[in-house]
This record gives sequence, structure tokens and C-alpha cells, in this order.
Amino acid sequence: MSLAHEEVLSHPDHDIPLEYSTEDGVLKIFGFWIFLATDLILFACLFSMYQILHLNTAGGPTEQDLYNVPEFMAETLILLVSSFTCGLATLEMRKGHRGALMAWLIVTVLLGLSFIFLEVREFVDYVGRGATMQRSAFLSSFFTLVGTHGCHVSLGILWMLSILYQLGRRGIQAITARKVFIVGLYWHFLDVVWVFIFTVVYLQGVMH
Amino acid sequence: MALPGYVGNAPTSFFVTGDPMIYASDVLIVLTVIGIVFVLTYYKKWGWLWREWLTTVDHKKIGIMYLIAALLMLFRGGTDAVLMRTQLALPNMHFLEAEHYDQIFTTHGTIMILFMAMPLVFAMMNIAVPLQIGARDVAFPYLNAISFWLFFFGALLLNLSFVIGGSPDGGWTSYPPLVENPTDPGPGENFYLLALQISGIGSMATGINFLVTILKMRAPGMTLMRMPLFCWSILATSILIIFSFPALTIALALVLIDRLFDAHFFTMLQGGNPMMYINLFWVWGHPEVYIVVLPAFGIFSEVIATFSRKRTFGYSSMVASMLAIAVISYLVWLHHFFTMGAGPGVNTFFAISTMCVGIPTGVKVFNWLFTMYQGRIRMTVPMLWSIGFIPTFAIGGATGVMLAVAPADYQYHNSYFLIAHFHQTLIGGVVYGMFAGLYYWWPKMFGFILNERIGRWAFWFFNIGFYVCFLPQYQLGFMGMTRRIYVYPAGMGWTALNLISTIGAYLMAVGFVLIVVDILYSIRYGERDVTGDPWDGRTLEWSLPSPAPHYNFARIPTVTARDAWWVMKGERKRGEVKRELEPLEPIHMPNNSGRPFILSVLFFLGGFGLVFEWYWLAIPSGIGVMVCLLLRSLEYNMDHYIPVSEIKRTEAALGRS
Repeated sequence: MSLAHEEVLSHPDHDIPLEYSTEDGVLKIFGFWIFLATDLILFACLFSMYQILHLNTAGGPTEQDLYNVPEFMAETLILLVSSFTCGLATLEMRKGHRGALMAWLIVTVLLGLSFIFLEVREFVDYVGRGATMQRSAFLSSFFTLVGTHGCHVSLGILWMLSILYQLGRRGIQAITARKVFIVGLYWHFLDVVWVFIFTVVYLQGVMH
Repeated sequence: MALPGYVGNAPTSFFVTGDPMIYASDVLIVLTVIGIVFVLTYYKKWGWLWREWLTTVDHKKIGIMYLIAALLMLFRGGTDAVLMRTQLALPNMHFLEAEHYDQIFTTHGTIMILFMAMPLVFAMMNIAVPLQIGARDVAFPYLNAISFWLFFFGALLLNLSFVIGGSPDGGWTSYPPLVENPTDPGPGENFYLLALQISGIGSMATGINFLVTILKMRAPGMTLMRMPLFCWSILATSILIIFSFPALTIALALVLIDRLFDAHFFTMLQGGNPMMYINLFWVWGHPEVYIVVLPAFGIFSEVIATFSRKRTFGYSSMVASMLAIAVISYLVWLHHFFTMGAGPGVNTFFAISTMCVGIPTGVKVFNWLFTMYQGRIRMTVPMLWSIGFIPTFAIGGATGVMLAVAPADYQYHNSYFLIAHFHQTLIGGVVYGMFAGLYYWWPKMFGFILNERIGRWAFWFFNIGFYVCFLPQYQLGFMGMTRRIYVYPAGMGWTALNLISTIGAYLMAVGFVLIVVDILYSIRYGERDVTGDPWDGRTLEWSLPSPAPHYNFARIPTVTARDAWWVMKGERKRGEVKRELEPLEPIHMPNNSGRPFILSVLFFLGGFGLVFEWYWLAIPSGIGVMVCLLLRSLEYNMDHYIPVSEIKRTEAALGRS
């Protein structure tokens, strides 16, 4: 909410993107960056837990028993591509193309859904093989770290659907542009976190 | 892997039974609720309560609600303290049952840190920061309301455990494996975990909100180095909140996952590692004490400059030391558990970093002293609390350096020496600071001044009681009395010191009651503040009428120097009257909303459901939370403009043009 100054900057500079054109947009985008900092620390704590506990398998399944290279490669590629399509959506928004913006967002949502599908299948598979989060400290931290990321992605999908609905009703304007931009930040952030999960959890796990 | 004898989280009975004191509380709670409902209905105030308070997004009103809630929590935490000191007054006492004593020291610590100190700090920052930087509200007023209500319902959830289900009893630090299912069945610990989690979300949002507010919403001309020092302290505190609270979130969430889903993060079986909890807890816990003490430092800077009629001595070094404290506070957490045995290298690092905190803190103390030097000091109540703070904090700081010496800490660890040390810094720093702020900003909040005479009595009772209570505890620590001890035999040589300490606790309680008396007395007889500047203040909040209109500034001021209002007053006195007043313009304000309240009620219900593992309640509440978020996202008419005619009318009624 902008209160100290006028809603729309008095001399709109044409170089300023739409999402930054209002005081409100500037504040909310900045606030969201700071929120991402808190989320980053949150994941950092989960990573530290995983790093401490990942060898504590208590005689149960180990990393090598579980991780499957083609599966996690597929998840990784899908999520990285979805980040790219999300970037394309923002690019189309800057150009003012509502149709293309919505199309790329829909592609992003679909990729996100396939990522979640693969992840849920992976979890179900592990549980079927007796690797539940109750089995060992390693599995507790695995399911919590990867699951927290998965919950973030699921929330991002619901969020994008809500924004798609708003774009359909209201078109590209200062408020919807800000929302698209912020959900984009969120999505790219989750991608970065996944890169670390890919490295710390999966690569480290299969490299022994 | 449940141990034999483990009965799950099901409570033995829904309502706590067996203790006459709890039955008395049940009766009191029912009577109070009936009383509140009756008064609100009789005076037809339900609509007023909803429109003016429950739905407000005004930072000043939110600040007042934080203040009221924090004072109630101070009463609850203080009652716990008095009960504990009564139990310990004499050897072999059985005033409380052992189980009840465990619960009381747990809730005392939890409430005092998270539901008293934090909201009291939030009260002060909500009330003062936007006014001091010349803004009309915080950056995200709706989020600010959510923060308050999440805190409120988190506090309610914790306090409910007293009569429903049973209180947590694992200590305020709640270390596993003690608090895991096998050794701590029942819902008490779940109350702790969920209450802190819910209010923690609110605290994190407050940190983000105030960082953005301070960085982005300052009046024109107010550069960072022209900000009042209180705003600097809130900037540092917000940064600390942002970077430390996520660690608490994770620590609590993992214990909850352990308890609800039988995971093995911190258990002794299946490869769990309890020390990781202790690391995560203190990665938050140590910055937390600076989160609450830095704003107190900010208040002392404001109060001492105002009542010495001098600029703060060494402004830049004040800023630098606060930021240095903020950074160093991340590098000291291990000093809470030197005895973990991490080895001489690790312990040495943390011992030295801990001692380093003393340097910037010392700089600040000398700056306050030099601010007073050759000043025209007025001994008002806020000034008394500020001056009283300096010796208490000097003693607390010195004993802190003693505790920082890792080898010696093996001797002090978990003894009453430690208890005395952290009460000396937390009460002597935070509570003294917040009381100074309370008396200082009270006229700005409510338009009248608190009675100085009663305030002085309150200060002296509290201050003397404080030394009488805690100085003997240092000695008891040396004599081997350990923390959380429930009874002790006669003949240990502890009796006299414990009795003295208990007398001190009662004196402090009298001091607190006198503050309440002062508030009640002054509501009726207090001197009205018609000028808006009762203390001859230096910063922008004193340029406004008391209480400030809901839009704060009819015209946003332009700042040319530090102590902006002092400079403006000087210019007016010398007749250097400013240019023509700019014409008024319509003011853009956020709409009130009931959703923050409803959202927090849903969080509360969800938390309550999880405490008892009632998923039929927890899951629908969680969905309700998501629906609230979605409704907010779909809302586009969130604000309104106040027309110029209304601003003119309001300003004229306040005697301003």
C-alpha cells in the first residue's frame, strides 16, 4: 500500500516497467525480495539438517538404494525448463502481449504439475519399498527437505492459476503486472533451491 | 519406534483437573469472559470493537493493541515468576506441585520472551516509527494487522494450555529428546510448538514490513543518517528478525514432525541428532535477545537526548555499534552450550566473538553518558528508567563476559549465576527500555501524560526490588544452586539468599502494580497534552497533535537535518518562517479489513486442532487460511482517498491549520 506518496509517480518514465510504475508495486516487489531472503534461510536450515543426518540410515535404505538417476534428471530438466518459460511469460508481459503471457504461464503451470507428479510418484515408490520418514533420520530429513520444496511448488501452481484468472479478467495493468512479476521471482527462487537439492541430495547421494 | 508405556498425544482429560489453583483460574476466566461480554453488550460496543479495533489497519491502533496484550502477558509471566519465587522462598516448600512448577517455569520464560518482550517492542515500533520518519503508515498495513492477530492468537493458544490439555513443561528452550513423545506425552508441548509457530509467522512479517517501511517510506530529505536512532535500532532489529526467525520456524517444525508423525530428527533412536535442535534454536535464540534489546537501546537514545536537551553524542558511532551488534550476534550462538563439548577450537571462537559484543555495547553506554554530560537534565520518569538501566546493564554485561569465558562457563552453566545474568540484561535492558518508551510515548498514544509521582514510586519499587531479587542469585549460583530446581533441603546455606531474592520479586510486583495504578489514575486525572509536544521533543512525532490523526501528517514534512522537529522549532523561534504552506491534497489510505482477524482465527483453530491431532479441525482450517489468501488476491478495491475538506475539518478540530 502506498501512503507516503502518490499512487502513480507523477512523471511516468517510459523506461520503467509497468510493475514498477506505482509506489505500491515498488514496495511490494522489494518486500517480496526480503521475504525470499527469509525463505532462503529456511531452506538453508533444512539443508544443514540433511547434511548432518543423511548418513544416519539406522540400517534402513541408503541414498544409493533409493535415488534413481533418470528420474531425478527428468524432474530437474522439467523444473529448469519451467523457469525458462516463466521468464518468457515475463518478457511477453513487458511487450504487452496478454495472450502470449497467459500461454507461457499455462505452459509453466503444466510443467510444474508434471514435476509434482514425478515427485509424488518418487515418494510413493520409496514408501512402497519401506523407506518411510519414520524409518530413519536420513529419511525424515530427505522427505522434509524435498517435500518442503514440493509444497512450495504446489503453492506456486495454485498462485499462478489465480493470477491467470485475474489476467483473463483484468488484462495487463499495474497490479496484475506486479503479481506476474512477483510469482516469477518466486518460481525462479524455487528453481535455484532445486539446483541445490539436485546437487546436495541427489548428486551427492549417487556419487559414493 | 514407540517406547513401552508411551500413550500417544491424547490428553488424559480435556480440561486440566486436580489443582485448586487451576480451578480458581477456570472460574476467573469464565467470570472475566462473562464480564467482557456483558459490558460490550450493555453499552452496545460490539460494532465499535469490530469497526475501530478488530478490523483496523492503522499502525497506531495496532501498536496500542500490542501494548495492551503485552502488559497482560507481563502480568501472566510476572504471576508465574512470583509463584516460582514463593515456592523457592524457603527450603522444603510444597507450595506448588513439582509438575506444576515445571509448567510454570516453562510458560514464564516462553511468555516473557515471545509474548511480552516481542509485542512490547512491536508496540513501540508501530507507534513511533512511521511518525518519526514522516510516513502515513507502514509499507504493508494489511500485513501489519495480520502480524498482530497472529501474535494475539498464538499467545491465546499458549495460555489456553493452562486450563485445557495441560501446559508445556519442557522449559522455554524445549530441548529434545526430553520433549519427544516417549518422555513428554500429552498435548502440552504441542501447544508450545504451535503457539510459537503461529506468532512467529507474524513476527517475520513484521520484520519485513518495518525494513521496507524504513528503507522506502522516509519523508523527503530524511536520509538514513538523519533518521532518529530509534528508527536505526528498528532497522537493525528487522534485519535480525528476517535472518534469524526462519531457524526457529524450522526447529519448531521439525520437533512437531517428530511428535506428530514419529519422524527421527531429534530422537535418540534411528539416527536422530538432538544437538541439531539446540544449534537451530540458538541460531535464532541469540539474535532474539538483540532483537528485543536493540529497540530498547533506541528508546534510551531518544529519551536521553530529549531530557538532556542535547543532540545525541556520537550519532554515527551509535549507528555503527548497533549494526556491529547485529552482525556479531549471529556469531555467538554456541556460547549457550559450551558444555556440548565441541572442542577447544570451536569454544574459543565463540568465547571471543561473545566478548566482542561488549565493545560496541560499551561504545553506546559511553555515548549515552556523554550525551548527558553538560546537558540540562530533567529527571522525568522515562529518564529515570533510562538512567536506572545503565548500572543494571553494566553489571549484566560484566557477568556476561564472565560467562563467555568458555572454561569458566563449565562452572556457571545452568546455575543461578546464569539466571541472574540474563534477567539482569533482559529486564535491565528490555523492560527498563520499554517502560521508558511507555512513559515517553504515552501522551502521543493517548493524549495525556502519565502521573509522574506514581511513576517515580513504581520505578523505585521496581528498581530496588530488581537488585534485591537478582544480586543474591549470582551468589546462589556460585554456591551450586542449579536452574529449574524445585525444592532444596535446609542446611545448604541457600535459605537466606533465596528468601531475600523472593522479597525482591515481591517488590518488583509492587512496582508493576503501581504502573497499572498510574495508568488507571492518569486516565481520569492525568494532565492532558494539548500541545502535542509535552517533552519539548526533537523528532517528528512531536510535531503532530496528540493523539495523531489517523492519516498522521496532513502534509508530509521536508527534513533538512537530524532532530528534524528541533531544527524546525529553532527556525520558527528565530522567525525564519518557511515558505508558503503547500495546498492540501487528498490522502490515500488503506481500507479496514476483517480478514486479518478471521485469517488468524483460522490459524488458531488449525493450531488447536493439531495440538490434539484433530485433523478434522486442522485440515478445514488450513483450507480456510488458503481461501482467505485467495480472496485477498482477488480483491482490487483496497484503499480510499480522504478528501481535502475532511482533512481541513480534522486539522481545525485539532487546532492546526
